[in-house]
Amino acid sequence: MGRIALKQVTKSFGPVTVIPPLDLDIEDGEFVVFVGPSGCGKSTLLRLIAGLEDTTSGRIEIDGTDATGMPPAKRGLAMVFQSYALYPHMSVRKNIAFPMRMAKMSKQEQERRIEAAAKALNLTDYLDRRPGQLSGGQRQRVAIGRAIVREPDAFLFDEPLSNLDAALRVGMRLEISELHKRLDTTMIYVTHDQVEAMTMADKIVVLQSGVIEQVGSPLDLYRSPRNKFVAGFIGSPKMNLIEGPEAERRGAHTIGIRPEHLSVSDRTGDWTGTVGVSEHLGSDTFFHVTIPGFAEPITVRAGGDVDLHHGDTIHLTPDATQIHRFGTDGLRIE
Amino acid sequence: MATKASRSAARLMISPAVLLLLGWMIIPLSMTVYFSFLRYNLLMPDGNPFVGWDNYYWFFTDPSFKDAMLNTLLLVGGVLAITTVGGVLFALLLDQPMWGQGVIRIMVIAPFFVMPTVSGLVWKNMFMNPVNGIFGHIASALGMQPVDFFSQIPLLSIIFIVAWQWLPFATLILLTAFQSLDQEQLEAAEMDGASWLARFWYIMLPHLARAITVVILIQTIFLLSIFAEILVTTNGGPGTSTTNLTYLIYVSSLLQYDVGMGSAGGVIAIILANIVAIFLMRMIGKNLDA
Ligand SMILES: Nc1ncnc2c1ncn2[C@@H]1O[C@H](COP(=O)(O)OP(=O)(O)OP(=O)(O)O)[C@@H](O)[C@H]1O
Ligand SMILES: [Mg+2]
Repeated sequence: MGRIALKQVTKSFGPVTVIPPLDLDIEDGEFVVFVGPSGCGKSTLLRLIAGLEDTTSGRIEIDGTDATGMPPAKRGLAMVFQSYALYPHMSVRKNIAFPMRMAKMSKQEQERRIEAAAKALNLTDYLDRRPGQLSGGQRQRVAIGRAIVREPDAFLFDEPLSNLDAALRVGMRLEISELHKRLDTTMIYVTHDQVEAMTMADKIVVLQSGVIEQVGSPLDLYRSPRNKFVAGFIGSPKMNLIEGPEAERRGAHTIGIRPEHLSVSDRTGDWTGTVGVSEHLGSDTFFHVTIPGFAEPITVRAGGDVDLHHGDTIHLTPDATQIHRFGTDGLRIE
Repeated sequence: MATKASRSAARLMISPAVLLLLGWMIIPLSMTVYFSFLRYNLLMPDGNPFVGWDNYYWFFTDPSFKDAMLNTLLLVGGVLAITTVGGVLFALLLDQPMWGQGVIRIMVIAPFFVMPTVSGLVWKNMFMNPVNGIFGHIASALGMQPVDFFSQIPLLSIIFIVAWQWLPFATLILLTAFQSLDQEQLEAAEMDGASWLARFWYIMLPHLARAITVVILIQTIFLLSIFAEILVTTNGGPGTSTTNLTYLIYVSSLLQYDVGMGSAGGVIAIILANIVAIFLMRMIGKNLDA
């Protein structure tokens, strides 16, 4: 069981309030991702749940019992750190065995779980090596192995993939998702990479300066962002946010349109502009278009075969059903 | 990128320094070895005949030699034990966030800057003196017989003084080692259910292993030649109870004016120090590989 609830939790470091009162419910078996810009308090929130930081006020409940003052070891949670935090002088086997050794588990049981974890994580050949003799991806798997042998109620991951290269990151992302499907255990995952957030999460929590901006499924956030911040943060490339007469014409302070919801033509369209930088990715092409009257260039996605270049005239037509409208307070207008 | 030419140029450039250092070492060393084979007593100015291994024979069979060896071992071992254990504890303490950390750290390091002769005299006259010393005063205030440190437990007293001097050094090195320990490792261990003691034993101590070996190596080299503290406190006595090898060599060559015998002792000391050094280098080498 891994139901976690935060009730009016706050955290201050001295005079600085990092997390103003915050409420959050995490259901058993959910894969929850915390995203937000750097310094918004994701790690702090995770460490509060882990028990590595004390809450300034508020309650943390795990499975309905108050865990606010409980030491980390008693909470039944396992954590995977960004730096892996493996014990450098112990072999991989000893690293994985460490939590079980601390729990005074029988030798046979330890051995059995190590074998199982090593097999699941492809570590069988490396059990007798030291962490220093492993690659980044292997170290990350050892760290995960050390977390799973305890059979915790929930896993906490703090940017576990940020030290890996792009290809490995995609691979590990799948492995972690598969692990979640197999174990069906609650996982809380911190990242600032919104692709990770979109692909892995059951539920995304978007944070900004310690405040939860929106909680919802990846598609919820993509389709109906609650405010301008979430609209700009979720989706890649970013949503175009347009202010001025174009927005007022639609009864909003700001309108948002995603690059993929603009159609491109070289003859007619609602908006006419000139192509600036174009990024050719093969399957897609992203054009940065300067339109007279718009404060900022508009990013637009076109097919890989659209042949337009720097300085060409381009016509754009937004898909009217996909326009997001925001008021002066930044909140969404339905 | 070192090419062949640049490498030989580099050799040429460093050769004067190497030669100077070599001469600096080789000349006194060979003179000591040479003197150790002569009968060379300043009180008997009758030429210096070659006597072969005689000096060594007399030095080894001298009853004070055995005492000196034992005292050297006890002194080095005792000080090492106190400074490494104490150093780890002090480093742990100083690593805690506390008020006035900077000042406290400087105060802890202070004994290292006190000259050996001065600290020996201060301890002898102001602390350990049975009549005027603070320990004596405390003992009499409590109605106990004051301990006459340098006649009752002379070697222990010297071990204590030397350990007091070297504790800051060990503390300093171990403190920096503590500070380089990745905090996330400790947090991971905490999450893994390790108690403070388990964390100390399984995470902190292994992390300190390298620093501890360095402390032991460096201290051993200096502790083998402890001299000033003995000279100003006990003069090697009572009897030979605080005479270590260095002090014995001093006694033979400068108190008995027997340069030959002193040189023989010196050569023996050099050999012993090298044996220790080889041992320690191996130990460190193994530790540094890991
Ligand atoms: N021990 C501390 N003392 C004081 N301030 C702290 C401490 N730890 C974190 N902070 C502050 O709290 C804020 C949130 O930090 P946190 O590490 O949670 O950010 P984050 O969202 O994880 O960022 P990143 O994506 O860069 O890891 C930051 O502004 C940081 O400066
Ligand atoms: Mg962080």
